[in-house]
Amino acid sequence: MSAWTWVGVALLGGVGACARFLIVWLIAMRHGGNFPLGVLAVNASGSLALGLLAGLAVSGDLLVLTGTATLGSYTTFSTWMFETQRLGEERWVRAAVLNVVVSLALGIAAVALGRTIGSHA
Amino acid sequence: MPSHPRQGDRPTSDIETVKPQSTSSLDARELCAIFVGGIAGSLLRAWLARRFATGDGDWPWAIFAINVSGSFVLAGVATHLQGRSLRSTVLGPLLGVGFCGAYTTFSTMQLELVQMIDRNRYALAGSYALGSVLAGLLAIWAGTLLVRRTQMAL
Repeated sequence: MSAWTWVGVALLGGVGACARFLIVWLIAMRHGGNFPLGVLAVNASGSLALGLLAGLAVSGDLLVLTGTATLGSYTTFSTWMFETQRLGEERWVRAAVLNVVVSLALGIAAVALGRTIGSHA
Repeated sequence: MPSHPRQGDRPTSDIETVKPQSTSSLDARELCAIFVGGIAGSLLRAWLARRFATGDGDWPWAIFAINVSGSFVLAGVATHLQGRSLRSTVLGPLLGVGFCGAYTTFSTMQLELVQMIDRNRYALAGSYALGSVLAGLLAIWAGTLLVRRTQMAL
């Protein structure tokens, strides 16, 4: 990987993190409640986009820049787990279990859907 | 959805320390901190994923280790900031939202799961999904406990 690709990985990673923050913020503005909808929306949409890249057979440095850097930083595992654990700790066990099951189901479905769309484009 | 909140010993939930507060407005300094944290997280994950790349039929150790270690750090940061807003200090946006958020990833993990299912590796897919969630939750719990114990000792 060239030095310029690493520069791209850095900058696009920063962009992905900011995009995630903005979307979680926008959803939190419109939706009260304790269910972490923001991270769910980010993770599902990022998985759809990564599926799309896979379907379009994007590879090499372009995949590193779009998939690894941008979408990798946009979606997140740690906040998903943190919010799940805190829901459980607050005895909202149903919401915690739902957050795990729905995220995984939506994530897998989103990748598969994105890939199908991408391979037909 | 959540019906019976426990009236616990802690007055406020620190879920708000990660979830941006809906009442506050955005400010440029905060976005800059998230951007800088995101740069570091993205670089470290991309490097580790290349350095410890695994074959198609193997357990994806790189992403697994990244996700579990990032969860541990995030829990530590968020617990440390509990009671204070994540957005009142630079540490939350920089290390929490920016670095840990970008260092750990969900999309790559889901693509890996779909590729395992493609190859009929259902046991591998199941154990990777379940193993990541259980190890992730354990890491959150451990990071939280470590910081709470340390705070109590001080």
